[in-house]
Amino acid sequence: MNWEVLVPLLALLFVIFLIGIWSNRKMKQSSSFLSDYFLGSRELGGLVLAMTMAATYGSASSFLGGPGAAYTIGLGWVLLAMTQVATGYFVLLVLGKKFAIVTRKFKAVTLIDFLKERYQSKSVVLISAFSIVVFLFAAMAAQWIGGAYLIQTVTGLSYLGALFLFAVAVLLYVIIGGFRAVAVTDATQGIIMFVGTLVLLIGVVIAGGGIDQIMTDLVTENPNLVTPYGHDGQLTAAYVTSFWILVGVGVVGLPQVAVRAMSYRDARSMHRALMIGTIVVGFIMLNMHLIGVFARPVLPGIEVADQVIPLIAMETLPPWVAGIVLAAPLAAMMSTVDSLLLLVSSSVVKDVYINYFKPDANRAHVKRVSIGFTAILGVIVFLLSINPPELLIYLNLFAFGGLEAAFIWPIVLGLYWKYANKHGAIASMVVGIGSYIAIHQYNDTYGNLFGVHAVTIPVFLSLIAFITFSLIFKKEPYQF
Amino acid sequence: MPKGEKRTDWRFRIAHREALIGCALAVFNIIWWYGFAYTLGSKPPEDYTYIFGFPAWFFWSCIMGFIVMVFLVYLVVKFVLKEVPFDEEGSDER
Repeated sequence: MNWEVLVPLLALLFVIFLIGIWSNRKMKQSSSFLSDYFLGSRELGGLVLAMTMAATYGSASSFLGGPGAAYTIGLGWVLLAMTQVATGYFVLLVLGKKFAIVTRKFKAVTLIDFLKERYQSKSVVLISAFSIVVFLFAAMAAQWIGGAYLIQTVTGLSYLGALFLFAVAVLLYVIIGGFRAVAVTDATQGIIMFVGTLVLLIGVVIAGGGIDQIMTDLVTENPNLVTPYGHDGQLTAAYVTSFWILVGVGVVGLPQVAVRAMSYRDARSMHRALMIGTIVVGFIMLNMHLIGVFARPVLPGIEVADQVIPLIAMETLPPWVAGIVLAAPLAAMMSTVDSLLLLVSSSVVKDVYINYFKPDANRAHVKRVSIGFTAILGVIVFLLSINPPELLIYLNLFAFGGLEAAFIWPIVLGLYWKYANKHGAIASMVVGIGSYIAIHQYNDTYGNLFGVHAVTIPVFLSLIAFITFSLIFKKEPYQF
Repeated sequence: MPKGEKRTDWRFRIAHREALIGCALAVFNIIWWYGFAYTLGSKPPEDYTYIFGFPAWFFWSCIMGFIVMVFLVYLVVKFVLKEVPFDEEGSDER
């Protein structure tokens, strides 16, 4: 047992638990349980908002899988990771003020609330809830597995023990605090992530003998490592560029990100969040992936990609600093998991159960059902994670792509195109999800269709479907 | 505007403009990122020049690209974005 590393980690978990209790106290004073539990009463300030977006978005794949891939592939993967800088400003500017104003007018608490009001269609609600549950389960399982691997590497516990520890910590404070706890702890975790990556980068550069030396070592080993084309020259410009859709601009379609664009207090918070978010996301992505590349000459021969970051931290930093730095990826995974957990339970409890089964439910009943359901979900994901599938980024990116294919056009065109209607939205979601799964299977077997990531073509197909079906069943232009 | 149609909420005009700015920023970002990476980077590695220890393509595309985007976002936030109320109906304010 590695106590010097473990103690700072446990201290972090404890602080997060306290924050959960604190924000639960605040919730008792607020008037609407639903709006508070799922949205933090729309009063997030700029810093908290930016950090919660960064922390939700920066997940296991940006801290373990991504740097692990950069370790193998080289600077080309860092180039790919930098497509994510756009998420910092693009989501907030594009959804921006209109989404904030409209969701307030609709009194929407979840993304599905917005779609329900905008399209007035039960099918849209049910398809949305279904795709959120299915794809977010995949995304959540990926985070839980990552968290368990990390705790396992640090503590030497068995996988099952590590998974259990992670699960208990996450569940406790999601159940206790709801969105406000999640947002506030996200902010704490965002700051830990920001500082942690900087410390680790400095540690690795020193251990590698400076950037010049590291680059020389990389070129000596394999010159392809410093090109944009990857260690084997197989990373094509088309493939890397298609990640602008998957992890850059397409992020607008991710429910867990979009829901944050409803929660800001006022325009000033949104402006601050834009600025902080761009800096934080870009900084973390650049640093974490560079660390992955730099780790190669320092610690050659790591077999499991997901272990690159924990191992390099324990190699280059004093144990207690490593403990704090490793709290960063753990923080990222916890905050992703708790947001997703909340999102899935809100889709089922609020969007389906209350909408269609028990519209007259009172506050106590809603609260019991929400908390109970969140707990049950957590247990199911735990059971799924006991026998984890092999690849971590894979699962996570699969979920990303599916959600984007489903939601990007119903959200964006619903906001900005007055002729958008429910026929278009349904067609777009069905075509998006269907073609995404089909192309995903095809790519697995035959290699990437047109050399681009599986999400690219479905995003275009679902746009065409949306416009075609909206125009066929043309109705009155929609007025907000 | 056609008869019987409600006048567009004045806040939406601002929101629409800012959404377009978001798109313009992303397009610029993609061009900068792609332009430096796949011109300077497509040379054979032995011909690379290095800036602060990084290959020139990487320095310009990823590091400077990020700094330039932060600067542009700062300019947009500081000089272009307008504060609007989210809550009350602002349509009579103009």
